Amino acid sequence: MTIAITHLSRRFAEFRALDDVSLSIAPGEFVALLGPSGSGKTTLLRILAGLDFPDSGELTQDGRDLLRVSARDRGVGLVFQHYALFRHMTVFENVAFGLRVRPRARRPSKAEIADRVDRLIKRVQLDGLAQRYPAQLSGGQRQRVALARALAIEPGLLLLDEPFGALDAQVRISLRRWLRHLHEELHLTTVFVTHDQEEALELADRVVVMNRGRIEQVGTPEEIYQQPATPFVFEFIGKSNKLPVRIQNGRLVAGDQRLDADGLDGAADAGAIAYVRPEHLALTPTPLESGWRATVRHIYLAGSIAHVELDVPSLGQSLEAELGGEEAQRRALQPGAAVTVQPRHLTVFPIDGKTGEPDPERRRVAHPRYGQAALARWR
Amino acid sequence: MAAVVSAAPLRRHRPIGRRLVHGLLIGVALGFLLLFLLLPLAAVFVEALRKGLGTYVAAIVHPEALAAIELTLLVAVIAVPLNTVFGVAAAWAMTHFDFRGKALLGALIDLPFSVSPVVSGLIYVLLFGAQGWFGPWLQAHDIKLIFAVPGLVLATIFVTLPFVARELIPLMQAQGSDEEEAARVLGASGWQIFFRVTLPNIRWALLYGVLLCNARAMGEFGAVSVVSGHIRGLTNTLPLHVEILYNDYNYAGAFAVASLLALLALVTLCLKTFLEWRYGSELAARAPRGH
Repeated sequence: MTIAITHLSRRFAEFRALDDVSLSIAPGEFVALLGPSGSGKTTLLRILAGLDFPDSGELTQDGRDLLRVSARDRGVGLVFQHYALFRHMTVFENVAFGLRVRPRARRPSKAEIADRVDRLIKRVQLDGLAQRYPAQLSGGQRQRVALARALAIEPGLLLLDEPFGALDAQVRISLRRWLRHLHEELHLTTVFVTHDQEEALELADRVVVMNRGRIEQVGTPEEIYQQPATPFVFEFIGKSNKLPVRIQNGRLVAGDQRLDADGLDGAADAGAIAYVRPEHLALTPTPLESGWRATVRHIYLAGSIAHVELDVPSLGQSLEAELGGEEAQRRALQPGAAVTVQPRHLTVFPIDGKTGEPDPERRRVAHPRYGQAALARWR
Repeated sequence: MAAVVSAAPLRRHRPIGRRLVHGLLIGVALGFLLLFLLLPLAAVFVEALRKGLGTYVAAIVHPEALAAIELTLLVAVIAVPLNTVFGVAAAWAMTHFDFRGKALLGALIDLPFSVSPVVSGLIYVLLFGAQGWFGPWLQAHDIKLIFAVPGLVLATIFVTLPFVARELIPLMQAQGSDEEEAARVLGASGWQIFFRVTLPNIRWALLYGVLLCNARAMGEFGAVSVVSGHIRGLTNTLPLHVEILYNDYNYAGAFAVASLLALLALVTLCLKTFLEWRYGSELAARAPRGH
C-alpha cells in the first residue's frame, strides 16, 4: 500500500501551507513529519486524512486517486492532537463508534463489536476502564483511547497529530516506546506529526523535515542528524554552531585561520556559512599552530557530557563545544581557561551571489587537515 | 486548602467600610428584585384571586380565553420548532464553516433583539398587509396573512429567532469541530455525526434555548399586537387577551389570564435553573480536558 504524494500545494489566503510537496510512503513505514509550527505538517496530515484538500497536486494509494475518496470512506485512523474523544461516551462507546456507524451490511454483530472493542481496550492497556468517561481519564489514558478508537476500524493508514504533545515528559517517553512496540507488532503504515526532534528521531523509520510548506530533507534519523541537507535542518535538528566563512583556493578561511580541508576540491571562491556540531569541535589547553584561540566562559556537566561555552575573539562570536565529562576533567577545563579550538567536521553552504542566501545545492562537507605535530600533541 | 487557610485572616481584617459596601450592594440587589419582580408577581396572583376561586376559574374557561390559550399554544408549536431548526442550522454554519457574509449572518441573527417588537410587527404589515408590497398579490390569491393566524406565527418567529442560535453559538465555538471530524474519519455519515456527536454535546444548551424561545413566543405582545387585529376568539393570543380584558375593566379576569402567563414564566425559570445546575456540572466535568 504505497502512498504517493505528488506536487501538493495548499494555500490559506496569502499563506502557503504546502508548497509543491512530494513524498512517497512505503507499506508498513513509520514516518515522522517534523517541523516548526506553520511548516505545513499538520495540513499535510489533514489532507492524508481527507479533512482538507489541496489546491493542486495528486495523492494516490497504489495508483488509486485518494482525493476522490471522502474522509468517511478512506479507512484512515486519525489520532487528534487533543484526542477529540467523544466526551459524552464511555471508553467502550468511543472505541466502538467506528464499528457501530457502519452501514448495516458491513456492521459486525453486537457480540462481535463487544469482543473486538474488549480486545482493543486490552491491547492499549486500559482494562477495567471501559465504562469510564474521557473526563475521568488521565492524559496518557485518553491518548490510548484515541489510539484504540482509531485502530478499531482496522485502518490501512494510521495518522497521529502531535501524539505526545499534551503529555507530561515522563508519560511521553513511556508512551513513545510503547507506540514503537505497537508499530513493530502491527506493521501498520504510520505517519505522525511532531515539532519535537527527539520524538521524530527516536520513533520514525524515516523523518521528513518540513519548513514553510516545503520539504527540507527526507531521510533516516541518522541521515537527518549526521548529514543535514540544508541550513534549516542544521539549525532545527540538534545543536550547531553557525560561522561566517570564506572558501578561497580550496581552503576555508574562518576568523584568523586558513584551514586546509578535504572536501573542498573544485569549490569556487565564495562567502559561505559553515555549521559545526558541538561534538565536532576539538579543544586542547595547549596553544597549537592552527585552530582558534579561545577562552572557556562557562562549563557544565550533564550526565557524561560536558558542555563548554567558548569565547572566540578572532571569530567575534561564541561557540558551543561538547566533550566527555572525564575528558573535560583530564584537560582541566574550567571557566577562564585558554584553549585552542579545532573544528573537525564542518558543513559549508556557499552563499549564492544572486539571492544572497546559503545554497543547499552547493553544500560541501569539509574535514580540516591539521599538522602532524599538532595531532600528535593533541593525542 | 492553602487558599482557604489564607482567606480566613483576610476576612477578619477586612475593613468595616468594605463590609458596609458589601452589605449595601447585596441589599440593593435583593431589594430591587423584591420590588420589581416578586411584588408584581405576587400582585398578579392576589388580584387574580381577589374575587374568589370561582371567578378565577370562570375567567380562564371562558370560550374567548380558551381560544386565546389554544392560539398561543398553536403559535408556539409552529414557531418554536422552526426556530429550533433554524437556530441549530445557523449555529452550525457559523461555527463550522467559513463563508462570505458570516459576520452579516451573525448580525442578522441579533437583529430581532435590537429592533423594537412593534416595529417588527409593522414590517410584516407593510410587507403583507392590504396596502403592503405583497398585499395585492396575496389578496388576488386569497391568502390572508395579516390579521390572521399566519401573521401571528410570522411575527412570533421573527421576534424569537435569536434565542436558540445565540445559546448554541458560543458553546459550539468552544467545543470546536474536532469531535465531528473524528466521527467523519471513523466513517460516520452526516446524520450520524449530528445525532450521535453534535446533538448530545449541545443538548442542554439547546433545551435551554428552546425554553427561552418558547417563553418569549408565548409571552410576546408588541409584534403580535400589530399583526393580530384583535379579533376576539380568532386572533387573540394570551397576552393580547389580557390587554382586552383589562381595557374592559375586567381586572379579575385580566389578572386570572395573566396568572397563566406568570405561571409559564415560573415554570420556565425553574426548568432553566435546573438546567443551569445540570449543564453547569457538565461544563465543570469538561474542564480537566485541558486546553
